[in-house]
Amino acid sequence: MTFDNTILSILTFLPLLGVAAILFVPAGGESAANLSRGIALVTSLVVLALSLFMWAAFDPSTPGFQFVVDHAWIGDNIGYRVGVDGISVLFVVLSALLMPICILSSWDSVGTRVREYMLVFLILEMLMIGVFVTLDLAMFYVFFEGTLLPMFLIIGIWGGKRRIQASYKFFFYTFVGSVLMLLAMMAMYWDAGTTNIMRLLQHDFPQGMQVWLWLAFFASFAVKMPMWPFHRWLPEAHVEAPTAGSVILAAILLKLGGYGFLRFSLPMFPDASAQFANFVFLLSVAAIIVTSLVALVQEDMKKLIAYSSVAHMGFVTMGIFAGNALGIQGAIFQMLSHGLVSGALFLCVGVVYDRLHTREIAAYGGLVENMPRYAVAFMVFTMANVGLPGTSGFVGEFLTMIGVFQINTWVAFGAAFGVIFSAGYALWLYRRVIFGALTKESLKSMLDLSFKEKAVLYPLIVLVIVFGFYPAPILDTTASAVDALVAQYSASVGLSEPLVAAAH
Amino acid sequence: MNSDITSLASLAPAFPEIILAVATLVLLLVGVAINKERSAGLSYAAIAILAVVAAFVAFQPADGIIFNGVFIGDAFTRYMKLLVLGGSAFALLLAMPHALENGVHKYEYAVLALLATLGMMVMVSANDLMSLYIGLELQSLAVYVLASIKRDDGRATEAGLKYFVLGALSSGMLLYGASLVYGFTGQTNLQEIVQAIAMEGRSIGLIFGVVFLLAGIAFKLSAVPFHMWTPDVYEGAPTPVTAFLAAAPKVAAMALMIRLVMDAFEPITRDWQQIIIFLSIASMVLASFAAIGQRSIKRLIAYSSIGHVGFALVGLSSGTQVGVEGVAIYMAIYITMTIGLFACLLSLRTGRGPVETIDDLAGASKARPFSAAIMAILMFSLIGLPPLAGFFAKWHVFLAAIEAQLFVLAVIGVLASAVSAYYYLRVIKVMYFDEPVEVFEAVPNELNIIMAVSGFLLVTYYFTVGSPLATFAHTAAGSLF
Repeated sequence: MTFDNTILSILTFLPLLGVAAILFVPAGGESAANLSRGIALVTSLVVLALSLFMWAAFDPSTPGFQFVVDHAWIGDNIGYRVGVDGISVLFVVLSALLMPICILSSWDSVGTRVREYMLVFLILEMLMIGVFVTLDLAMFYVFFEGTLLPMFLIIGIWGGKRRIQASYKFFFYTFVGSVLMLLAMMAMYWDAGTTNIMRLLQHDFPQGMQVWLWLAFFASFAVKMPMWPFHRWLPEAHVEAPTAGSVILAAILLKLGGYGFLRFSLPMFPDASAQFANFVFLLSVAAIIVTSLVALVQEDMKKLIAYSSVAHMGFVTMGIFAGNALGIQGAIFQMLSHGLVSGALFLCVGVVYDRLHTREIAAYGGLVENMPRYAVAFMVFTMANVGLPGTSGFVGEFLTMIGVFQINTWVAFGAAFGVIFSAGYALWLYRRVIFGALTKESLKSMLDLSFKEKAVLYPLIVLVIVFGFYPAPILDTTASAVDALVAQYSASVGLSEPLVAAAH
Repeated sequence: MNSDITSLASLAPAFPEIILAVATLVLLLVGVAINKERSAGLSYAAIAILAVVAAFVAFQPADGIIFNGVFIGDAFTRYMKLLVLGGSAFALLLAMPHALENGVHKYEYAVLALLATLGMMVMVSANDLMSLYIGLELQSLAVYVLASIKRDDGRATEAGLKYFVLGALSSGMLLYGASLVYGFTGQTNLQEIVQAIAMEGRSIGLIFGVVFLLAGIAFKLSAVPFHMWTPDVYEGAPTPVTAFLAAAPKVAAMALMIRLVMDAFEPITRDWQQIIIFLSIASMVLASFAAIGQRSIKRLIAYSSIGHVGFALVGLSSGTQVGVEGVAIYMAIYITMTIGLFACLLSLRTGRGPVETIDDLAGASKARPFSAAIMAILMFSLIGLPPLAGFFAKWHVFLAAIEAQLFVLAVIGVLASAVSAYYYLRVIKVMYFDEPVEVFEAVPNELNIIMAVSGFLLVTYYFTVGSPLATFAHTAAGSLF
């Protein structure tokens, strides 16, 4: 029972302690609701502290897994195995970081069934951390698919008017995509004789089999990511979900797809990945251009941000399948940065939605007059979304573009349009909501950010700008794991010269 | 093989059955003698009897084949018998609240349930075509009566009659199959049938026999295309009886099928595999689509159970030890889910009586949060969504199918499970997303306990029962190979 072999288990299952505590809160009444909120906030803050502690103890110089626990558990095909490497460690921290923010942001805006709400969010936190730390194939599926359950309830119970359709769509797209991956995992088990991811990473799957396995995994991750044209569920789910639900969806759940590509598709099926790389490039560029254009014409703020998420995820897939260190480093950075930025943008929408109860862009205008602080916060995140140098959004986009430029100039050329379009829709959104004359009566009485909203948004502003100027903490953490991944990938697909480049 | 039945020790493998038979007859005498008002006590006595028998099964001193080879006791029978006994005991407990309304307050209910359980245990232990039939009929006849035990209710009697007529037909098919198998192998004992097939090879008559035998058992399992009776009987029979016949008899029939195909027809695996694969695909697909249009909850559960039999058969289709292990685990989880489901169903009562249609559940999450939460857990588990136990059940059976390279079956199976998610989610949607229209009554303690146990096991499966259950199922499956 040392720090090394308990920290990840504690991190994963600590939220369940909060769940147990909330179960004992008597139902009904405002005091019960406040108690549930308090328990959830404290639990998530403790998890955040522990996760930072874990990051500090993490040794970035070794590419392998750390804090490893490895037990066979159910029969010989499902185990209890956890560990983190440079690729997954930061996602754990990101999940832990966003959870207290979500709970704080829904402190006042969620008034019905508060107990259940907090319960479901803590369960979701457990599943999200679990998916990044688990090193067992079956358990990866358990956590990956398990997130559907709380998210379905979050959208369905606390969502907007068309919540039922949205929750069903969300469920079915993701469920159908993942069941094929489940079968692929079983085939992997029979081929390699283990569900231990550490051993699977060393295993060479036969080439003919790789193609099928790659496709099955792609079906799941492409829907989750989501890649164009499998993104149809996303705008609806985002629009109908409550603010905190959208934040989690955009910031963490979309990243599961990218994480899956990095953990499974690329290292385990390198030949198939190389074979399908151009196909992924095509879809990525299509996503970047098409969904950016779609975002331009949206009337609904959340929908606009949702489409912009799809476009940004295009950069991620593009970077991952570039297969070189810059591309993958950039993809991971882009995922983390997008987690902060898109989460923050949804929080910004939530701020005005709580006041006016509409997400229509046309209903706003001239907010800068009454809400200067809000205007600044919104501007920082809009700029980060555009990819302005000096914000974290720039680093990820830039690295993925360089990475992919080395592989295929035309893909980079196409992706560059996305950068232009994203400036178009984001700035236009900002102009329509924040600037202009304050003519609408309903807006004149709106108050600027409250204390809780500041507590939620200001830390994110700091992070977005700090990582924009000084990305080293993130890049250093991922560097050695990415280099090892790239070296392995290049060796398997027979590139004469591994494209390992220093990422600083 | 020990055929000496004069010494008590040599009967050891059959002790549980003997105790159950004697105790049931005593209970019958007591039931006749005592006052009608006190017959609720008989149900407790019946549960106690089942618990004692379960203890005997669990700590059975001796395994072996007795009675001239017609009766077998091994790790596999032990596993299946414990499931059967658990299923019956909990179904009896379920029947206690609202017994009068459902017509199960009569002392005959407990006695017949015990007789049916005895039949199931004989089915599980059958090692001969004759003992197989005796067990099956003892179980069936008792359950026919149970289905129509509320005898002044039109729907219940209709259900009982339907069940009886179709059941008799299937018994006929089974007997015909058994006679063909006997005719072409000259044996009724399962081990001797294997040897006969191994020596003489397969013949068309034998295949015919296998088809009819499996059709007869498929009827008891309610696998498509022998499922026609299920929705009507589930809907018509009083709810506690439906719970009884949805749980334990399925396990017994599945055990019987496994024993038959793995022991007696092992040399002709390729032939029976096709039949099982067909039954499996047909059950999964038909149940997923047919359930979508259902409005009555009990009909929905009926189709759901048809679908789950299909999923369990995915494991058996592989014809491997991993497959049998998967089916064993699947049945254990299935029985937990079924009992929990009926407990939820009985616990949700509006002012007009028990809930009948899915729409009656509207807003149940506000009025009866505990029942609704357990119901939601059960629905997610029935879909096979991790981290609930239903997922692990599917994991084990599909793992076997992939090992046996039955890719088409596996892909159809998982897609069918995605379709089935639609109607399970509808129950959750009605309970959680819709506004309440009905006032729900308070829940009796027995049901709360059953729901809590079932919900706890399903949620914590990975941490608690998962590992020991897999080990037990592994030993059980191992005894067949």
